Amino acid sequence: MAEPTNANVSEEFQNDPRVPDELRNNVFITSLDKLYNWGRKRSMWPMLFGLACCAIEMIATAASRHDLARFGWELMRASPRQADLMIVSGTVTKKMIPQIVRLYNQMPEPRYVIAMGACATAGGPFKEGYNVVSGVDKFIPVDVYITGCPPRPEALLHSFIKLQEKIEKQSLRNVPWYRQGEEDVVPVPALGPDLVDMRRAQEIKEKAAQAAPALEQPTA
Amino acid sequence: MAEETTNPTPAEPATAAKAAPAAKPTSPAAAKPAAAKPAGHAAPKGPPLATLTPELAQLQQHFGESIITPAPYVGVLVNDLSKLRDVMTYVRDQLGFDMLANVTAVDYIKEGYLQVVYHPQRSKGGQPITIKVRVPRGSDPVAPTEVAVPSLTPIYAGAEFQEREIYDMYGVRFEGHPDLRRILTWEGFYGWPLRKDWHEPYYEGDTKPFDSRWPGGHHELAEERVPWGDNVNYPPGFDPLNFNSDPDAGLYDSMLSGVPNAPIGPNGHAQQAPQPQGVGAAVSVYDRNYNTLADEEELQTDQIIVNMGPQHPSTHGVLRMVVKLDGETVTDLKLALGYLHRNHEKIGERNTWLHNIPYTDRLDYICGLANELGYVITVEKMMGIKPTERAEYLRVIMAELTRIESHFWAIGFLLNDLGAFYTPALYFITERDLILDLFESVTGSRLMCNYMRFGGVSRDFTEDQLAHARELAFDRIPRKIDELEQLLTENEIIKARTIGVGYLPAERSINYSLTGPCLRAAGVPYDIRRADPYSIYDRFDFEIPVFYGADVYDRYRVRVAEMRQSLRIVQQALNQIDQTKPGDIQAGKKAYNHRVPAGEAYGRVETPKGELGFYLVSDGGQNPYRYHVRSSSFINLNALKEMTVGHKVADAVVILGSLDIVLGEVDR
Repeated sequence: MAEPTNANVSEEFQNDPRVPDELRNNVFITSLDKLYNWGRKRSMWPMLFGLACCAIEMIATAASRHDLARFGWELMRASPRQADLMIVSGTVTKKMIPQIVRLYNQMPEPRYVIAMGACATAGGPFKEGYNVVSGVDKFIPVDVYITGCPPRPEALLHSFIKLQEKIEKQSLRNVPWYRQGEEDVVPVPALGPDLVDMRRAQEIKEKAAQAAPALEQPTA
Repeated sequence: MAEETTNPTPAEPATAAKAAPAAKPTSPAAAKPAAAKPAGHAAPKGPPLATLTPELAQLQQHFGESIITPAPYVGVLVNDLSKLRDVMTYVRDQLGFDMLANVTAVDYIKEGYLQVVYHPQRSKGGQPITIKVRVPRGSDPVAPTEVAVPSLTPIYAGAEFQEREIYDMYGVRFEGHPDLRRILTWEGFYGWPLRKDWHEPYYEGDTKPFDSRWPGGHHELAEERVPWGDNVNYPPGFDPLNFNSDPDAGLYDSMLSGVPNAPIGPNGHAQQAPQPQGVGAAVSVYDRNYNTLADEEELQTDQIIVNMGPQHPSTHGVLRMVVKLDGETVTDLKLALGYLHRNHEKIGERNTWLHNIPYTDRLDYICGLANELGYVITVEKMMGIKPTERAEYLRVIMAELTRIESHFWAIGFLLNDLGAFYTPALYFITERDLILDLFESVTGSRLMCNYMRFGGVSRDFTEDQLAHARELAFDRIPRKIDELEQLLTENEIIKARTIGVGYLPAERSINYSLTGPCLRAAGVPYDIRRADPYSIYDRFDFEIPVFYGADVYDRYRVRVAEMRQSLRIVQQALNQIDQTKPGDIQAGKKAYNHRVPAGEAYGRVETPKGELGFYLVSDGGQNPYRYHVRSSSFINLNALKEMTVGHKVADAVVILGSLDIVLGEVDR
């Protein structure tokens, strides 16, 4: 039988007389981290969740030409409970951010976020709009940012590769989701006279007590 | 220009006692000559009055010259708000303007009034007329106007969402509106965002380019300039630890009352059915034939309210449908919009005229090029320029290819909604990608092409690109449309799921201002390319496909037939373009900053979704004074409730899919 050489199989194991012949070349020795991450990075289930224009390119990425299935990522789940990855594909508005945060909180760990395009990254061309959040990372942590308005499908694929690289580097020993302690839940922002980030409530209260009138009179 | 000597001032408040305080300030202004127009952000002063069209003259004759006066630039002014409904009923029934294409408002802050502008049109074709009313802005900047405009919803059902939008953006109160709540923002939002004195948190100035953009070549973050460190602003004394947040206030109210069956609690769960009416009433209402049940009277049924969206796989984005269900049957439906409201119009009023072209791409992001065409045509109408011949052909080729790719997309996702998950869509996305390849090679971008310019287009087709377009138009796409029809049109499951579903007859469709394939599927041959031709569509030989079923199936068939007609147009254009001069794509000089003469215009084009209109007001400055987008997706949604009630919830998804909405255009 020809000798398939495999770097993962240790020399020691190959030459150990106690190992039966049929097991040689069939056993891989690796670390648990590597095995675990190898499985995870090739079976990401993104959430079926589109916000705006970028969602169209996200759908195009999943379609036949760009073929997301090559990465093992094609199984889009509409329920956040079954999803590993949130692709924030489009403009995040103040009216939508409570739902986005809630969806993020409902996703089980380990969970990842890709901010797709200029709007999700920083507000994009609509940043100055009164109903636009200046980037989804004001509320939820983002793993990979992609530029573009909208990013091409290739750019989205690139972000997947980048995220795979990030997953490869994670170790079971120090990932947050196996630690003891409280779950990392982002407080859902509220819609009052404007969007209220509950984490900053005290600060907002203090500033509002001394703020200038929000509606300026027109200067004639 | 009008020679109206009897009414020298447009806002003479002869009979409108209520409107008098608002209109007064205009009188001295209007006396000034029109030429003395300051640049910058002043509202038009002393503008020329409109010449009355025969219809408007007839209107004036009928109601008298004190009530109907010529308005500045375009249209007439109705001076007595209490007569507005009479006027509009007359316009609809006697003059035949049976469709309210567009309603919007403009804030004339210097003059102290808000002007509501109506554009009724005839479903038989022709240009719309313009009717305006004025209301004083009111003393309190965060309260709705004291003076209310009578709602036109009893006359034109299509006014419902548009009036809500005006209320939301300008605080104009509409009397008699069935559900006057905020629509794009949320209940509790502070102020009226499109008023000229309302400033967004990142406000820097009224016009771009802002000073902060390139001082010495460095930039600063907008967050660093504002006290809150973020894109927010709160009224003085706001306490975030103790406030009542109810963005959906009033959403469920009418669904809870006015129904045959049980009241539903605030959480959407049905409460105990009330004893007096009993449950038998509900059973008989829905005719469920539970006759074999001996104890029918004791059968407890509940209705529940289900929220679909904003995150839902079948709502085509971030639409939220609130449906009330009796079993699986939809008994009531309401829409909650605004989850993608990205302030297109406010930003558009800060932008220069040229800046807005790439923004229009992002309205209906499936068919950006068609949106651009609508915008540049409207601005060209105001500037009085014409694009070159070659540019006209390039525009038509691009717009019609956009229609094809948009319909491919729409049909693919209609099939998605029907349960054929993603497989048909995959076929059509493949074809769409081929068209996008052409867009990309010509313009540099797949979706956001930023291709049209005032007076032309930005790039010419090379010979290779023309060959690519010919290959698509003469060979590939016709074959693929045949294949599509072969697979779908006679498919039994599709027919069973779609025929008779979502029926809305022609008269109702017109009354709801429905446009696009949905209207043509109801037997109304209304297509702006024929009804009010623009660009060079009058040169081409094509038909307007019409079907009469007014259901989901015929909306699908109209789209397929339209793709074939669009191909015919593209083929003719590709044959004729050889007679034009290559490279001659821009009339006049390329300009960075366009001056548009003071005035106003309503321009529209037939996009794949329906009528896309732009209502623009210029004060002669370098940016629009008012920039309003009349989007067909938004207005078509008015009719969704009537189409859906009585169907199963699974059909509600299909009916929504047949409307083919795009949220970028719905929420803007």
